[in-house]
Amino acid sequence: MSSILVQVIVGGLLLGAVYALFSSGLTLIWGMMNIVNFAHGDFVMLGMYVAFVVWTVLGVGPFVGAPVAALVLATLGIIVYFGLIRSVMKGPMLAQILGTFGLALLLRYSVFWGFGANFLTLPGDLVGGTYDVLGIKLQASRLLAGVVALLVTLGLHLLLTRTSLGSKMLAVSEDATAAQLMGIRPDGMQAIAWAIAAGATGLAGALIATFFYISPTVGETLGIVAFVTVSLGGFGSVPGALVAGLLIGVIESVSAYWIGAVYKDIVVYTLFLCFLWFRPQGLMGKM
Amino acid sequence: MRRFIWPLIALAIVIVYPLVFTTPFQQRLGALILLYAIAASAWNIVGGYAGQVSVGHVVFFGCGAYASMAAYSHFGLPPLVGIPAGVAVAVLIAAVIGVPTLRLSGHYFSMATIAVAELARLIVTNMEVLGAAVGLSGPTVPRTVFDLSFISALPYYYLFLAVLLVTLGITWWMTNSRMGFYLRAIKDSERAARSLGAPASRTKLYAFMLSAGLTAVAGALYAMMFGFVDPDSGFGILISVKMLIMAALGGAGLLFGPLVGAAILVPLEEISNNLLGGKGAGLTFVVYGAIIVIIARFQPGGILALINRLLDRRKPSATAKGASNAP
Repeated sequence: MSSILVQVIVGGLLLGAVYALFSSGLTLIWGMMNIVNFAHGDFVMLGMYVAFVVWTVLGVGPFVGAPVAALVLATLGIIVYFGLIRSVMKGPMLAQILGTFGLALLLRYSVFWGFGANFLTLPGDLVGGTYDVLGIKLQASRLLAGVVALLVTLGLHLLLTRTSLGSKMLAVSEDATAAQLMGIRPDGMQAIAWAIAAGATGLAGALIATFFYISPTVGETLGIVAFVTVSLGGFGSVPGALVAGLLIGVIESVSAYWIGAVYKDIVVYTLFLCFLWFRPQGLMGKM
Repeated sequence: MRRFIWPLIALAIVIVYPLVFTTPFQQRLGALILLYAIAASAWNIVGGYAGQVSVGHVVFFGCGAYASMAAYSHFGLPPLVGIPAGVAVAVLIAAVIGVPTLRLSGHYFSMATIAVAELARLIVTNMEVLGAAVGLSGPTVPRTVFDLSFISALPYYYLFLAVLLVTLGITWWMTNSRMGFYLRAIKDSERAARSLGAPASRTKLYAFMLSAGLTAVAGALYAMMFGFVDPDSGFGILISVKMLIMAALGGAGLLFGPLVGAAILVPLEEISNNLLGGKGAGLTFVVYGAIIVIIARFQPGGILALINRLLDRRKPSATAKGASNAP
């Protein structure tokens, strides 16, 4: 294997870790409430803009920007849950889909209105330069994003499986009424799930913003990436999202390298549709 | 007979409108309302009546638009001739993506259709034969009347009105046929419908294909009126969004819902674009997004369902005909 290919694969894995991070938010909400957040990609986009604003106003990089973005988005998640999701969940399916879809438009075009359609970027050397590890060139920003995303995703998995909060959330997703009888407030748990999911997108957005273009419509592309990741990994499965996210990162990078950058999305979407045909429950999910 | 009075009055108003409001802007506005009403009514068949919220309907719209323009630019034929080909391709695509995706639960179906739409847009943007990023144009100067290339919006208005009437007629016929009963049963509870012997998968697929074909016609009409099509105007996700929001605002699953939605939203968009220029496009979609959120949150049945409910409350003798579609 040529060293360029190795470098492409490593780059794909690092990007894939970020995909896994924001996709695990989508899968968490789906697993708990059977709702797909169509604004999920736009949450990531907001995270990117928060990081950008933090850099423009305070002049500091992702070490401040990422926590701020996570907090801002987590707050937004709670507001969205209590303001919109809690009531549309009781309504017909059309309302559920329309609700988050409308939210996506609202967020996307508010940012468009405020910041304009131009592509923004953060300075390339915000997180340090490029390192040479065993002949592989690694950008510090990508390395930081990938490693942090990987750790946070694993941490999220541990939170959901090893802590009492995770058990409570699981209880609510299994049977909200039964959980309520056991003294767990479903409302509270679902609000926490939205805070975690949206916080993860904010963090992912701020991390990815250090090396990705920032534009109001980037959420559309990233949203589809999240859908593909979640359906590949199985709805409701964080480990599934992690594996699928890494896989998609690698597939994207390798197809961009072999076939051409414009075709990488085509490859991923086609893969998604093939998957729908043959294994709609995903790699690790059960139907 | 009384149930036909209001539709007949509405029809009379629609026929007379361009003769009363004669400025080019007003006639163009009327034509656009009817055009979007056609597309939204087509969406309504699968999104409203079958309850499958497709966000990828722009794929079928694009098939029609590109087929009509390709008929002109590749073969020198009137764009009209491309319509059957566009409809055929749209119905075929609907069958191919409908078979796997309609098995999936509602949210999953919506996600899959978004991915299909994005895939189609990317493929078309990279296809030289379809003009890649530039797109295709229609005849700049009409050679015969069959080119359907007019300067005034008036001929388009009546053409679109005729197509809309056919679309609504097909929808009405469908709802009163066996298929309509199946669809209603499936929308209420697919499991119950299946267990009573309704062929759920096949019925949903037929509705999807019918809807796709009609959407392709709308796409072709759009391309003929504007004289060109490019990847964004043919396959941009926002076109799907417009169909969806117009149907939902007026009343998804109600015959005249999409028309009501289009009659509210198209003027809103045209006027805000006129007042605010290019930057208005962004604000229009902020308003669109807010409207969708508000409908979903407070009135998922749409405006017509609300009106029906208010009317039913006023005269309790009336059967809850319209409201039965509302949740």
